[in-house]
Amino acid sequence: MSTLIKGRRIAADRWTMVHAAGELPADGDVIVPLSSWNTERERLGTRAGRVGVLLRPEDDPAELGAYLSHLALVAIEFPHFTDGRGYSTARLLRERLGYRGELRAVGDVGRDQLFYLSRVGFDAFALREGERPEQALGAFEDFSEAYQTSVDRLQPLFRRRGGRNPGATGASPEGVAR
Amino acid sequence: MYEYDDIDQRIVDERVRQFRDQTRRYLAGALSEDDFRPQRLQNGLYVQRHSPMLRVAIPYGLLSSRQLRRLAHIARRYDRGYGHFSTRQNIQFNWPRLEDAPDILAELADVGMHAIQTSGNCIRNVTTDHFAGIAPDEIVDSFVWCEVVRQWSTLHPEFAYLPRKFKIAISGAAYDRAATFVHDIGLQAVRADNGAVGFRVIVGGGLGRTPMIGHVIREFLPWPDLLTYLEAIVRVYNRYGRRDNKYKARIKILVKERTPAAFTAEVEDEWTHLRGGPATLTDEEVARIESRFTRPVYERLARDDAGYAGAVASDPAFAAWTRRNVHTHKVPGYAAVSISLKKTGLPPGDATAEQMDAVAALSDSYSFGELRVSHEQNLILADVRRSALHALWQELRALGLATPNIGLLTNIIACPGGDFCSLANAKSIPVAEAIQARFDDLDYLFEIGELDLNISGCMNSCSHHHVGHIGILGVDKNGEEWYQIVIGGHQGATRDGEAAAIGKVIGPSFARAEVPDVVERLIDVYLAHRDSEHERFVDTVGRIGVEPFKRSVYGSREYDTAIGSRLEAEALA
Repeated sequence: MSTLIKGRRIAADRWTMVHAAGELPADGDVIVPLSSWNTERERLGTRAGRVGVLLRPEDDPAELGAYLSHLALVAIEFPHFTDGRGYSTARLLRERLGYRGELRAVGDVGRDQLFYLSRVGFDAFALREGERPEQALGAFEDFSEAYQTSVDRLQPLFRRRGGRNPGATGASPEGVAR
Repeated sequence: MYEYDDIDQRIVDERVRQFRDQTRRYLAGALSEDDFRPQRLQNGLYVQRHSPMLRVAIPYGLLSSRQLRRLAHIARRYDRGYGHFSTRQNIQFNWPRLEDAPDILAELADVGMHAIQTSGNCIRNVTTDHFAGIAPDEIVDSFVWCEVVRQWSTLHPEFAYLPRKFKIAISGAAYDRAATFVHDIGLQAVRADNGAVGFRVIVGGGLGRTPMIGHVIREFLPWPDLLTYLEAIVRVYNRYGRRDNKYKARIKILVKERTPAAFTAEVEDEWTHLRGGPATLTDEEVARIESRFTRPVYERLARDDAGYAGAVASDPAFAAWTRRNVHTHKVPGYAAVSISLKKTGLPPGDATAEQMDAVAALSDSYSFGELRVSHEQNLILADVRRSALHALWQELRALGLATPNIGLLTNIIACPGGDFCSLANAKSIPVAEAIQARFDDLDYLFEIGELDLNISGCMNSCSHHHVGHIGILGVDKNGEEWYQIVIGGHQGATRDGEAAAIGKVIGPSFARAEVPDVVERLIDVYLAHRDSEHERFVDTVGRIGVEPFKRSVYGSREYDTAIGSRLEAEALA
């Protein structure tokens, strides 16, 4: 059983990952693959318990489109942490598709991925086996600032500086860059 | 120099702290080799043949004398007293200890330097024209745009685990000295008729195993849209680039498999969502970054200097050096100077700690305390008064740094090769040395004229042999080192001219000892066929084709037997 970090603390996991339709428990919250969601959406809707969807790296989050507001959880799988497709999937879910529910990173999720994952919109992390959760919590503090706009900082650093430019020393001629 | 503000500095400091912790966990056995590898690579640390290799970023090749002194100090204290300037405007140390890497990074951070994303499957150090800001053909100062891109790409959370490495080059001048057509993304500054600045966007160029010339996917991208458009390109690549085969994972393969038109449509579609968003650049931001660059305060000087002209007339050795190593400057009375790191007998691009300290001192005396690193692995003092050139040359000569061979055959671009690199199939440095020794007559070298000769020790093509006028590639055949030769490549030039060209293989490969002979034969054919001394080697190859060169190299009697059996063997294999 992997440890779950949610809201930057260690949390209990109430969700069950169900990979095959036959394994669907009678009640309780379940996470099903996108393929199951696509084929058995109605049956899933009649169960007691909430439904979350698991996206694989190659899945297009736009397929969840209109249903996103009804989903309590979307999980994105990282079969290996070096497969970075899930980072784009997460930003698309948050920034383009307007998903507001829990976004969980599952699979090969380790301490050294948490900072970037949290920047692109993940708020829950199912740590892989062997990770030390208390140490992992420190990862969110790896950096105190970031240049780019992303889910955690809607404005890039240059729009948040508020025009202040302390310590500028350059005697730059006008317009060398433009 | 771009001067860090407190936030730039804090991010680099925090990166050091993060890596120190990762290294500690790795050494304590809490982080596996597989988990540590991508982390250390994104901090420039390879595991090499002999020890780790640390690749330090010199963003867009710009360096202060203070930083160069720190590099010299690192070479002395943590390495064996030298460093290797690479073809991507970085410096590599070949002998540090892993345990020392966090301390080295802290020493770098102290002078506003880092090794962030100098390796790994992420956006690498952005490169540019080594004459940025001073070139007479300048359209914009590309350093400013490089810094904009550096900040955007540094610790980008979405693009740290791309399918493969990702290299961006920016040219701000009419003449493309940044090889924009052989990068994952090449950006060429363009000025529209109404004076507005934008970028021509080139995607999918690259060398390596499958060399390709990039495609122009947008003729004019207004500058405020630069980052949103880059984000669209890299996102399409991150989502759809191949991850099943490392040799097909670069963006050039995606562009080819989808077709450039379809790929462009996908990028443009992605961009419709990002365009005008928060990452859209503002006047204030570009002005802010521009203002953080220190600028030389030039004196008002006459274009010509009588003392300089006199020295050129009276001192032939100085005159030879000025012909090759002195370059025009947009400010009257100033010139840029190339310091060749290609002296015969020394590994191309290597500099000792003493040389680094000496060059730092020269840059303080002669060039406002700044210098540049070129992708040809030389150092450049960009702002030297013409009246001081003779004095500078004398000092350089005393240091063994006045080799007058910029643009000539002996200005060989070479990777560290099999002597150091664990990826290499063959050695590069001894081959470079043998060729330099063969062409040791300066008059002859000048007669041959401009010629780029590049030597890569393996298919990864770190020395860009595909775009050398003569390219030499080390290959492994049954555990033996052989060298394949390509001719006719070039890295592009004028905006309206041909983009860049991939050289053609002339035939079966050669043993190391044969290589200088082969180069000599190629040169003989060129000298016999060129229509004037203005026609360069690469132009002659373009005009008469590869055949006459092949005939000369393979057709002669002494080669026949060896080549015949070798061709047979290669046909069977």
